[in-house]
Amino acid sequence: MDWRQIWEVVSTPDNVPIVALLFLVPFYTWYAFRQAIANDQLIAIIGSDPGYAKSKYRKTQPWDPKWEREVHTWPYLMRMEFLVAIIITIILMVWSLTLNAPLEEPSNPNVTMNPAKAPWYFLGLQEMLVYFDPWIAGVIMPTLIIVGLMAVPYIDNNPLGNGYYTYRQRRFAIWTFLVGFIGLWVVMIVIGTFIRGPGWMWFWPGQTWDAERVDYAVNRNLDEVFGINGHWLAHLLPASSAPNAAIWARVIFGIFPLAIFFVLAGLLIHKICMMSEFSQKLYKRMSILQLVTMYTFLILMISLPVKILLRLVFTIKYIWVTPWFSI
Amino acid sequence: MAEENGGNGSSAPPGGAGGNGSSGRKTGVREQVTVLKETVQAKTKEQLEELKQPEKTQLYRSIFRVKHDAEPRNRALSVLSNVFFHLHPAKVNRDAVRYNFTWGMGGITFYLFIVLTFTGVLLMFYYHPSKVQAFRDILYLENDVPFGKLLRNMHRWAAHLMIIAVWLHMFRVFLTGSYKRPREFNWCVGVLLMVLTLLLSFTGYLLPDDQLGFWAVTVGTNMARATPLLGNEGPFGSLLGMTPYNDVRFALLGGSIVDANALLRAYIWHCIAIPLIAGIFMGVHFWRVRKDGGISGPAPIMLESEIKEEKGPRPVILKPSGMDQFQK
Ligand code: HEM
Repeated sequence: MDWRQIWEVVSTPDNVPIVALLFLVPFYTWYAFRQAIANDQLIAIIGSDPGYAKSKYRKTQPWDPKWEREVHTWPYLMRMEFLVAIIITIILMVWSLTLNAPLEEPSNPNVTMNPAKAPWYFLGLQEMLVYFDPWIAGVIMPTLIIVGLMAVPYIDNNPLGNGYYTYRQRRFAIWTFLVGFIGLWVVMIVIGTFIRGPGWMWFWPGQTWDAERVDYAVNRNLDEVFGINGHWLAHLLPASSAPNAAIWARVIFGIFPLAIFFVLAGLLIHKICMMSEFSQKLYKRMSILQLVTMYTFLILMISLPVKILLRLVFTIKYIWVTPWFSI
Repeated sequence: MAEENGGNGSSAPPGGAGGNGSSGRKTGVREQVTVLKETVQAKTKEQLEELKQPEKTQLYRSIFRVKHDAEPRNRALSVLSNVFFHLHPAKVNRDAVRYNFTWGMGGITFYLFIVLTFTGVLLMFYYHPSKVQAFRDILYLENDVPFGKLLRNMHRWAAHLMIIAVWLHMFRVFLTGSYKRPREFNWCVGVLLMVLTLLLSFTGYLLPDDQLGFWAVTVGTNMARATPLLGNEGPFGSLLGMTPYNDVRFALLGGSIVDANALLRAYIWHCIAIPLIAGIFMGVHFWRVRKDGGISGPAPIMLESEIKEEKGPRPVILKPSGMDQFQK
């Protein structure tokens, strides 16, 4: 156990936000779920008693019939805003007085930093570089995240849970978001910050970051695992293109695992969507366009953990190798 | 004459040293001065007394226009008649002012943006976006400028905090289902705001021109090389004639390496272009929060049995004032 190494990583000034994230994300998840569960209990009570539903104030917030529904913005809301502003200012002041912003040596293209890390909020993308080529990790994935997020309100046509915390009424949506935001974004950032050391190699917490360490890549492409070499394809091709048979065989081969993945992932999502009666009802309300969009984004989202698994457990690098790009 | 009247003008004998006509005038002046003195004294006293209630002065009224007492009408007016406050409605859902629904995260994000603008402008006074000066400016700022270190620290930590706050804001908006009808579009505006926030931070990272920023931006922009079609190492890029000297990365950096042009571009994006764009989007975002009916909740819970089957196109929800005549 190298405690000094742990302290060095945790106390690097620019890593402090991630340490904060480690506490803030679980805290607010708990805070939201506490309210969601309270609301869900109320839903169960009201749902089972139609008479009660009419008389009850349908919120878990305290309520008295004599109170007004609305309060004046000034002072009731704005005093909160001013208070929050003061608290944030104090936090910032204390943080700024105790911790200095980092400043390294002047920039020098001839001296590489090891590890050379992107700013912490992009470390999720940098971590993806291990599993995907840069054009996917650095360009396609960010685009998909942005477009996918913007598509959310247009795909999710569940009319329940609009404006209050709930888990029961929106299980699928909430699970998807938790997996995406926490599992595939925050966790990746934490890995990129605390686990990845020199050479972007995997160092467990407490392991010394050894810049001399060398990992011999034993990764293979899927076609190598299956021994695709284009032998039989060479017989089918005209003699002039026979030398390229191996390349073409790989191109053709790679389509199959990808297609299988798409089908299996699609089936998995379908299964999950059919799990409860209510989600089946929602499913029927969706238009074809909504369904296609949802499946596309979810399948692409699943591809990340699948690729991570393939790489880390089965040491597979590419699934589909073509002369122009590889996946 | 001043001497003559000085001190005890009121006790001076009538007539006196003057003589021939001018004495009558003198008395008149003396009386006037006496009256003036008394009225000035009285008025000053009175007006000083009035200052104890500053809200009655013309100056105060010209600025604030309404009294700030606990009258419902004045409470509403104090919000409505102030350009900054009127982003708010006069009244809000009583449950929405509690911290537990919104976590105040949107507001915190906005406040941090203001802090960043303020500290950022101060930093700009000490910073030249050139390869020769940039790093020295930071050293100067840290070591010689009064409170320079504090200024830089605050700018940096507020930037980090803003990113965390914007993510948590998105998290709560999702968990409360606040992106649902009619707030779909505002969610999209929000996503763009988040991207802009990240870009703001990223462009700022290069400005100190130290190893940290240099390599972070190198790593970051190297990915742009791999853009499909538009990057020289991306799929089909070379087929379209992309080289390190004409692809997207070149456009971002103003060169094929991270150098003086990249520094200048980062500076202009960071200090002018992105804050401007983000500011405009924030305006739209806040406007839409109001126009979409205010904060979404905490709304009364809805039951599964209450879902209405939709027939035909969805009804228009919005009824901005003045539009009634156009609705059937
Ligand atoms: C610079 C970034 C942003 C600022 C300054 C900002 C500010 C705000 C503020 C002050 C509110 C009022 C309620 C609250 O505080 O929660 C709000 C509401 C909202 N924001 Fe943002 N926001 C930002 C980014 C985002 C992002 C990233 C999203 C989502 C992807 C988003 C979506 C929304 C939505 C849908 C509402 C309405 C919520 C409701 O009615 O409950 N905003 N925003």
